[in-house]
Amino acid sequence: MNDTTQNEHSIDLMSVGNDGNQFLTFMLAGEEYGVDILRVQEIKGWDTVTKIPNTPEYIRGVINLRGTIVPIIDLRLRFNLEQLDYGVTTVVIVVKVVSDGEKERTMGIVVDAVSDVYNISSDDFKEAPDFGTAVDTDYVKGLSTVNEKMVILLDIDHMCNSAELKVIDSIAES
Amino acid sequence: MSIDMTQFLVTFYEESFEGLEIMESELLNLDVGAADAETINTIFRAAHSIKGGSGTFGLNAVASFTHVMETLLDEMRDGKRDVTQEGVEILLSSVDVLREMLQSLRDDLPLNHDAISVAQEQLDNLLNGSANNEREQVNTVTDSYEQGTGSNISETGCWKIYFNPNRDMYKTGNDAVRIIRELEELGEIEVRVDTSSLPGLDDIESEDSYLSWEIILKSDTSETDIREVFAWVEDECDLIISPYSGDVGDTKKSSENKPELNVAVLEKSFDALAPQAEALAARFYESLFSNHPEVKPLFKNTTPEKQQAKLLAALKLVVGSLKNPEALVKSLTEMGARHQAYGAVAEHYDVVASTLISTMKELAGDLWTSEVNTAWQDALGIIAGIMLDAYQPVVASGQQSQSTTPKASTPTKQPANTNKPATESRKASGSGETSIRVSIDKVDELINTVGELVITQAMLGQFGELEELDNSHLDTLRDGLSQLERNTRELQESVMRIRMLPISFAFQRFPRLVHDLSSQLGKKVELKMSGEQTELDKTVMEKIGDPLVHLVRNSMDHGIESPEKRIAAGKSEMGLVHLDAYHQGGNIVIEITDDGGGLNTEKILAKARSSGLVSADDNLTEDQVHDLIFQPGFSTADQVSDVSGRGVGMDVVRRNIRSLGGTVDVKSKEGDGSTFRIRLPLTLAILDGQLIRVGTEIYIIPLVSIIESVQVHKDKVNVISGRGEVYKLRDDYIPIVRLYHAFGLTADSTVLDKGLLVVVEAEGHKVALFVDELLAQQQVVIKSLETNYKKVEGLSGATILGDGTVALILDVVGLYELSKKVTTHPGLNLSSSGSSEDGDIEEIEVEEGKLDIQATNESSSNEDSGGEAVA
Repeated sequence: MNDTTQNEHSIDLMSVGNDGNQFLTFMLAGEEYGVDILRVQEIKGWDTVTKIPNTPEYIRGVINLRGTIVPIIDLRLRFNLEQLDYGVTTVVIVVKVVSDGEKERTMGIVVDAVSDVYNISSDDFKEAPDFGTAVDTDYVKGLSTVNEKMVILLDIDHMCNSAELKVIDSIAES
Repeated sequence: MSIDMTQFLVTFYEESFEGLEIMESELLNLDVGAADAETINTIFRAAHSIKGGSGTFGLNAVASFTHVMETLLDEMRDGKRDVTQEGVEILLSSVDVLREMLQSLRDDLPLNHDAISVAQEQLDNLLNGSANNEREQVNTVTDSYEQGTGSNISETGCWKIYFNPNRDMYKTGNDAVRIIRELEELGEIEVRVDTSSLPGLDDIESEDSYLSWEIILKSDTSETDIREVFAWVEDECDLIISPYSGDVGDTKKSSENKPELNVAVLEKSFDALAPQAEALAARFYESLFSNHPEVKPLFKNTTPEKQQAKLLAALKLVVGSLKNPEALVKSLTEMGARHQAYGAVAEHYDVVASTLISTMKELAGDLWTSEVNTAWQDALGIIAGIMLDAYQPVVASGQQSQSTTPKASTPTKQPANTNKPATESRKASGSGETSIRVSIDKVDELINTVGELVITQAMLGQFGELEELDNSHLDTLRDGLSQLERNTRELQESVMRIRMLPISFAFQRFPRLVHDLSSQLGKKVELKMSGEQTELDKTVMEKIGDPLVHLVRNSMDHGIESPEKRIAAGKSEMGLVHLDAYHQGGNIVIEITDDGGGLNTEKILAKARSSGLVSADDNLTEDQVHDLIFQPGFSTADQVSDVSGRGVGMDVVRRNIRSLGGTVDVKSKEGDGSTFRIRLPLTLAILDGQLIRVGTEIYIIPLVSIIESVQVHKDKVNVISGRGEVYKLRDDYIPIVRLYHAFGLTADSTVLDKGLLVVVEAEGHKVALFVDELLAQQQVVIKSLETNYKKVEGLSGATILGDGTVALILDVVGLYELSKKVTTHPGLNLSSSGSSEDGDIEEIEVEEGKLDIQATNESSSNEDSGGEAVA
């Protein structure tokens, strides 16, 4: 038993050296999503937020993260999924978002639960199928298979950059 | 060893800019014709420090330029030259050029040589105007600036330097080696050390200097440049610098030949060995290659036989011509050059010499006495020396880099060291690294407060150790807590005060501006400043500079009339611009007053009508008309002048001031002048806030914008066209903004008389905000929403409350506009679109005209969000 775990570790280490990126995965409405682990600043429990008036619903509000004001995005609402009451496993993943020509920004995303950390090589990415206008897959970096399950890798920069937020604003309003 | 100069460079630039400001303001103070000696002295001192500093940092262009200014000032100071208006003007423009030079150097930009040479020429001309004997000096300086070298270039391109430090030179921190290395940067050097005064090891004081040097410098630098190297030790050494004409090699050879060769012994021993010559040669190479395989590659181009023959020929030649040293030197030099081509280096000669000697010793047997041994050793040493000399001109540099890596690393690094960090620091300072000078009082105060805080902490810390608290403890605890509160507040205040600078920093540029502008405009203007000691946050200060300049220019260009007009109007010829600053509440107020013509109400109105800002039948009060000048694209100037009148400006001024959380308005009386009043928060970091509650949410209203809070009397609420509510407060009808509605919240009560109205003022417009409850007043630290999110309309930021939760700060101006946008949607009138007073209606329409322009400028989606959010 010990041997196998050790083996797994060594495999893990090898795959890191082999252009593998580590992804933190989380659950959202039964699907597993992944974000680049280097973008994850911390994971914290759900806490009350201060609502910001006149913003789209998926912006839950802002929290105080050790003195900085950090906006919180509910990913279920962002993806137009059915809203769920926040429970014990609900967490906020605090991520750093870098978009062109802008400073690095810190944002929190609310997800159902955190799941695991995987090494996924960029070779293993499969492009997300094009659903046309029915499903917006712009912010999906790729799909990958881990342990026979599909993991949706998110492009967090694209999803959270301000231009995108503005577009969403205008869509939401119209 | 090397000191990082960059840290000083930053300080140098700062001080230089300060110096320039002093020079500028003092030059403006200078009474032409009867100059105060002390004033000139102040200017001179400032120039002198800049010159000194720039010289130290090797900014020669600055140093030489300042030198000319200094010369001029020196003459003025000594009374040799009259202080003329022309002189002052030229000095002022030189100050500008100098400032530009320093800025370019700091930001690592190329110098504007055209401007510099023009200014230099002006200065030169002025100097040459009278004192003739100055002519030469100026020329020298000009030359040295242009060429980067001084006079007295040695004709032979060679200098001989005799350098004999005093015994205690090292004690002053100077280092002869460093100086010599510095010389090395000027050109190729040959250094000979004179160790004759070196005492025995027992007598040596390790910190004393016993050596002297004779240095031959091959370089076409000037004597001045060489003296520069010795600048620090000038008084602590004997220094003789003279042009040197002899060949560099010669001196060396003649000196190297000094040890007498024991010719007789050499000849005799060589004769004895002659019969075995071939065996000697063979044996020599055998042992050489076996003991020192590293030299083998040098002989790769030849066969052992040939080489043996060569060696013998060489030895014969050497011994044969021992009595004819000059011929020997010549042939050895040639040989050396050949060896160099083979790649032989100094170490190889030692190897060859020792092998040769041991081989000869082996073969000569008893004949090889110690006398013979010494003679051969000397001879071979000299031969090697001569042959190596032949290398030197070509190899010297190569040798330095390869053989003296540890030693040479410093000289090669030094130039890099001095240039590169300087460049970096310039870049760093260029990219907005700013510092602040704080008076020591403020720092002391801070330290005192921190001291008290520590005491309070210690006192409160005791409670942690108590088993249980009884009533007496509780009292002490309460005392401690209130002390802690006081300490915190004091600490906060003193920290904030560190950022506070007297507004004179922003004002000090105006004397010059007014001086220049008045001559440019042909007007006579006197500038009066008061309240310069009023303190203001540094950030605010930096941002208020441009708007202030704009307002002052505006006052001078449009406000103050020409002298003729003024006299015709019965005013004194001299116009007055008055800058005043004072504190009022939590704000700083800056007033720019002129006694000029004032705003022409008719003209503004006509212009506004023609450009469609106001419709023809609008009836505006005088103040409202005056306020129109802040509209984008509004200018009443008949002619667009160099100074102002393009119609971009006043709106930018207002926008800039608004972005600082301030307001600007204008009071004007035709014929008497105008006053622009800027009201700014003291600091951008902290604000006094009123906490209010709407439903479950807590918001903060900046205390400065609150006029009063009132309970609603139902009979004072009027509804216009069914939706727009106004509240009659005394003589005003104030539009009501229901905060819960504007922000889409659920409030305790939607019935007006169950809540409170907070009357706030923004940009001269009053709005009544309907809230559920007033909570505490407290100082809050402003945090930006934009850092991680984006600007949200109606909010100016956020803060963190005592319990760690986030509360949003309301932007009163934004709220007012948000509420107006709402009115543009039919059927959504939450706030007034007018009132019973005609004037108000017009005013709102005017504002909407402005709003449209802004909306297109900024983002149209913003406007949508405002409207739709309420829908």
